[in-house]
Amino acid sequence: MGFSATRDASGVYLIRVEGQLIVGNRQELKTAIQEALDHGERRFVIDFSRTGYIDSSGLGALVSISKKVREQGGELRLAGLNEDLRSLFELTKLDTLFAISDTAERAVGSFAG
Amino acid sequence: MTAPLPASLQLCVRRRRVPTASGATIQVSLRVPSDVACIEEVVDLLVRHCCGDSWLCRKRRFNLRVAIAEALANAIVAGNQEDRSKSVQVEAELGAEQVRVVITDQGTGFTPTTYAPPTLPDDLERDNGRGLFLIRHLVDDVRFNAQGNSICMTLRRR
Repeated sequence: MGFSATRDASGVYLIRVEGQLIVGNRQELKTAIQEALDHGERRFVIDFSRTGYIDSSGLGALVSISKKVREQGGELRLAGLNEDLRSLFELTKLDTLFAISDTAERAVGSFAG
Repeated sequence: MTAPLPASLQLCVRRRRVPTASGATIQVSLRVPSDVACIEEVVDLLVRHCCGDSWLCRKRRFNLRVAIAEALANAIVAGNQEDRSKSVQVEAELGAEQVRVVITDQGTGFTPTTYAPPTLPDDLERDNGRGLFLIRHLVDDVRFNAQGNSICMTLRRR
């Protein structure tokens, strides 16, 4: 499990979650976003198209990240949730808290609109 | 090929031609160190040994993975306080129509009824408190022992 990050030409910071987002690695994701914020990044997409599952700590980390990004004038969007992952967001009603796009490309593109 | 196990992770798998009195055909026993880095491997081992590729549908297999990961995290972090001198005992049984997973930590236990659902609008921005809520919704039955340091989760095949 791990994360990979890229910054596209339009200035959107895209992080892919590969494997699981759980209690054992959630801090790594929070740190990666915080460092990007510290470097001036403000537009974020987290792509879950290569993610197996997320636990409650992972969901909590996303809530925490979202608050931090907003507090610093930025915006976070989620993308690539398959049916199973999406069900976790619906169950916890976190689908009402996050902007969610079908694909990372759409999420990145939505910043331009 | 199976990935190497952490040194202190102990796995025992029993496959029975004749089911036990409780109907189990496969019994898996795992002793897990109080290290959250073990969770992913333990989830993979349990699901691989308890549920063959076609025993559970994709959706229920996903639910089982998340529920086990969640219960292990609770046991390691909240129960054992990540104390490396303590371990978590995992017992899983596959029956004809259900899989049962019991996860026991060495902590003092907790009272599960004191936890409120985290889905109210004012609670959505909490960054914790969803673990037990998720477990209760992902499996068919959840029970705790009297001390509150052992959770028994049952997921039916359908």
